[in-house]
Amino acid sequence: MPEPVAPVRLRMRVNGADHRLEAFPGERLLDVLRLLGMTGVKEGCGEGECGACGILMDGRLVNSCLVPAIQALGAEIVTIEGAATDPVLRQLQESFMERAGAQCGICTPGMVLAAGALLKRRRDPNEAEIRRALGGNLCRCTGYVKIIDSVLHAARRLNGAGEGHP
Amino acid sequence: MPPNRIGSPSRRVEALSKLTGAARFVDDLGMEGMIHGITIRSPLPRGHLVGLHLDPSFDWSEVTVVGPSDIPGCNRVPLLDDDQPVLADGIVNHAEEPLLLLGHRDPAHLERARRAVRVEMLELPGVLTLRQALRNEAPEDPPVHPRGPLLKEITILKGDPGSQWGAADLVVEDEVETGAQEQLYIEPQGMMAWVQDGVVTVHGSLQCPFYVRRGLEVVLGLGPEKVRVIQAVTGGGFGGKEEYPTILAAHAALLALESGKPVKMIYDRAEDLAATTKRHPSLTRSRAAFSRQGTLLALDMELNLDAGAYTTLSPVVLSRAALHAPGPYRCQHTRVHGRAWATNTPPHGAFRGFGAPQGCFAIERLMDLAAARLGLDPAELRLRNLLRRGDTTATGQVMREEMDLHGLVELALAGSGYRRRRAEYEGANREAGPEDPRRGIGLAVFMHGAGFTGSGEVRLASRAGLELGAGGVVRILAASTEIGQGAATVLTQVACDALGAPAASIDVAVPDTSEVPDSGPTVASRTTMVVGSLVERAARGLREDLEREAGLAADADPEAVAEALRAMARGGPRRWMADYEHPEWVQWDEEAYVGDPYPTYAWAAYVAQVAVDPLTGETAVEDFLALQDAGTVVNPLLAEGQIEGGVAQGIGFALMEEVVWSGGRMANARLSNYVIPTAMDLPRIRVEFRETPAGYGPRGAKGMGELPLDGTAPAVLAALDQAMGTRLTRIPALPEQILPGLQAVRGPASRGGPGLQEVRGPASRGGPHA
Repeated sequence: MPEPVAPVRLRMRVNGADHRLEAFPGERLLDVLRLLGMTGVKEGCGEGECGACGILMDGRLVNSCLVPAIQALGAEIVTIEGAATDPVLRQLQESFMERAGAQCGICTPGMVLAAGALLKRRRDPNEAEIRRALGGNLCRCTGYVKIIDSVLHAARRLNGAGEGHP
Repeated sequence: MPPNRIGSPSRRVEALSKLTGAARFVDDLGMEGMIHGITIRSPLPRGHLVGLHLDPSFDWSEVTVVGPSDIPGCNRVPLLDDDQPVLADGIVNHAEEPLLLLGHRDPAHLERARRAVRVEMLELPGVLTLRQALRNEAPEDPPVHPRGPLLKEITILKGDPGSQWGAADLVVEDEVETGAQEQLYIEPQGMMAWVQDGVVTVHGSLQCPFYVRRGLEVVLGLGPEKVRVIQAVTGGGFGGKEEYPTILAAHAALLALESGKPVKMIYDRAEDLAATTKRHPSLTRSRAAFSRQGTLLALDMELNLDAGAYTTLSPVVLSRAALHAPGPYRCQHTRVHGRAWATNTPPHGAFRGFGAPQGCFAIERLMDLAAARLGLDPAELRLRNLLRRGDTTATGQVMREEMDLHGLVELALAGSGYRRRRAEYEGANREAGPEDPRRGIGLAVFMHGAGFTGSGEVRLASRAGLELGAGGVVRILAASTEIGQGAATVLTQVACDALGAPAASIDVAVPDTSEVPDSGPTVASRTTMVVGSLVERAARGLREDLEREAGLAADADPEAVAEALRAMARGGPRRWMADYEHPEWVQWDEEAYVGDPYPTYAWAAYVAQVAVDPLTGETAVEDFLALQDAGTVVNPLLAEGQIEGGVAQGIGFALMEEVVWSGGRMANARLSNYVIPTAMDLPRIRVEFRETPAGYGPRGAKGMGELPLDGTAPAVLAALDQAMGTRLTRIPALPEQILPGLQAVRGPASRGGPGLQEVRGPASRGGPHA
C-alpha cells in the first residue's frame, strides 16, 4: 500500500475572491472549482478533448480537467460565474444570447471563455482565427455557425461598432 | 413583426441562465446525505453469469449493493418488448450489460469497491456483427434472442417490381453500409434519485419524463402516484436520452430504495460511449430498374439493421428506415423489405433521424449510381423522378399537401452554383497534378416524416395546456423537454402568438410528471408540430374566454392582453387543456403497411462541395447549402441553429465518426479516438428555408429537427464521387478508404464518366442480394 498522501494547502483567487483550501496532489482543478460552487465548469470528457471545463488561469485558457489543483497555487482564475465583471466576457455573454450561440448550454461556459481568451489578445479576429481558437471546444448542437457569429458580433461591439449583421 | 410571435427570431427563453453558469445540470445538483452510484458491467459480450464475488477482504459495511434479487417489481425495462433486464440475471447478452449496482458517499471508495468485485462468467458464442447475423451465424442454443435472431420484419409492397427487371433498359444493383454513430451529447448521462414519503423521485438528464415514469412503475412495482420524474437542464440528447435514461433512473432509484439515501449516478465519457445506445448500423442491398430516359420503373430494397442485444425501439427505427428508403421519388413498383437483427452488442437505439438516415443513404447512393450508368447528371436524374403533388408513395399515401420539390431542387442548384461547379471540377480534376486537391459537388434530395410513425400519435394521445396563475402569468404545461433544440422558446412563441400576449406573460413549466400532463416524448420531430398545436389550441381557448368573459377587444394590443390576464387571474388559477385529435384524413394500416405513415413531410435539397487531398485522403467540406421546406418557421434563428447542428452531425456521420468494434464492444470509447467535427472541420453551413405552410402544425409549421441528419451524408458522398472519380458505399468514409479509392482510379481511362468504379470498405463482401 502506498503511503497516504497529505493534502496541500492552497490559496487561489477565483472570480476576484480569495480562497484558501486544501487539495490532494492528484486532485483536478476542475473538481476543486466545482466544490467551490463554480458548477459552470463542466466535465464532458475528463481528458482535455471537449473543452467544457475550460477556464481562464492567469488569463490563459486551460482545460481544468488536465490541471492539478496544486498547480493553481496563487493563480488568478476566472470561470463563467465571474464573467459579468469582465467587459470582454460580459459582451460575449450578451452576444451569445443575441446571436443564438448557446443551444443546450453545456459547452457554453467553456466556449465563452475560449472566445474571451481570443478577444483579449486579438481585438478583431477573422472567422478562420475564431475557428482555430475554438478548435478545442466541442459543441454537438450548433455546427458552430451561431457561435462564430456570436464572437464576431461581440468583437464588433467591443470595437465600438453599432448593430450590424456579422 | 411583434417580438415573440411565430416567425420572429426571438431570444432563447433560458439563454441567460445558460450564459451565466446558473443553469443547473444534474451533476450540478446535490442533496444532504447523498451517495454516489456506479454500475458493475459485463466484461464479455455473451455468457452465463456464474457469480458476482465480493472480495471478503474489502470493507463492504458502508457500501450499498443492489443485485437483481433486490428489484421490488419486474426486472425488465418496459419498452416495445419486455426483453431487456434492468440488471442481467442468469444470462448476459452484451458487453457492458449492467450486472450489479454499488453505492457509497465517497467516489474514491466506490472505485476501490468496483475493483473488489469479481465477475465470474461462462462465455457463450455470440453474433457480434450484422454481417454475421445475415450469414445466419447466430448461435441457436441458446438462441441469441428468445424470438430468434430476427427481431422485426417489415414489407412495403406497391405494384410488382418483379415484372420490371426483364424489360427495363437499365437495372442497377447496389450494396451500402452505414456505421454505428454515437449521439455524443456533451453532457453524459446522469440521474439523481431519492425516496421521500413513499414517493420515488428521479431528477436528471432526459428527453421523455413519462417514459421514465412508466419504467419506474414497472421496475419498482409502484403506482404512478408514487413515482415522480423531473427533467434537469439537459446538455443535449439527440435521441440518446430518449430510452436509455429509463435504465439509469431505475438503477439510481434502486440504490436510493436500498440505501434510504439520495443517490447520484453520473457516467463518465468512457462508460457513456461504451455502454449506451448508438445509431443502428445498417446494410442495404438494393436494385432499381430505369428506362433509358432515366425514369425509375422499379425499386427493390433489402434493408437490414443491427439492433444489438435487446429490442429497445428497433422495430420503430426499422419502420422509419423502410418508409424513408424509397426517397422522394415516384415509382409504380416498389418493394422494401426491412429486417432488424439481434446481435450481442449493446442495444442500438434512438438517434436523431431514427432510421431515416440509413434509408435515405441507400436510395441516394443508388440514384447516384444509376445516374452514372445512364450518363446523366445526378441532379437531372432526380429531377426526372421527383414526387409531385397528387402522386402516390410506396405505401399508397397520396401527396395531398402543397409541395414543389422541383422548385426546391432548382433553388438549391442555383444557390450552390451546382451546374457551373460540376462542370468546372470535371475539367479541373482531369487536369489535376498528383498533389492537387480533387473537388466535387453533390446533391441529395430527401424528406422526413414529422411526428410518430403510423398510428403512434393516436396511441400517445398527447395532452398539453396552459395554466393561468398568480399575477396573470400563463404557464405552459407540457412534458416536452428543452434539450437544446429550442422547445421552450418555440412553445412560448406559439402561446404568445395565439394569445396576443407579451412574452413576459408566458412561463414554461419544468417537465415534472407531478405537474405536467403527458404530452408525449420529445422525439420524432414532433414537439413544434404536435405539442405546439396543442398549446396553440389551448391558447386560443384562453383567448376566446378573455374576449367573451372579460370583454377583451379582438384587436387588443399585447399590454391589454396582459392586463386582462392579470384581471382574470384574480379569480383564481384556471386551466385550458387540449388533447390530441388525429386528423381523419390520416389513415394507416399497421398490418399491411399501407396508408399515411405521417401526416406531413419536411422536404429538403442539400448540396455539398468537397475537396479531397490526394496525398492524405482527407476530405474537407468546403461549402454546404441546406435548403428545406418545413412549413412555417416558428423561430428562424433557432431553426437555422438546429439545422446547422444537424448538418454538422451528418458530416461527422459521413466522414469522421467511426465506432470501432472489437469483440462486441466499442474499442474507441474516448473522445480522443471517437472524433466528432470541431469548428475547424466544418465550413460555414448555409441554411435556407422555403416556407410552404402545412395544414397541421401551429400556423402551418412542420417538424424539422431530424431532417438534416437524413440527407447530409448522401450529399457529401455524392460530392466525393465526383472528386474521386469512384464511388464509396460505406460510411464513415475515412481517409483510409478514400486513399486507396483514389489510387485505384489514377489511370486516365477510368476517371469519372458513366459506370463509376466501385470501392467498397474493407468489411464488404458478397454481391447484391447475396
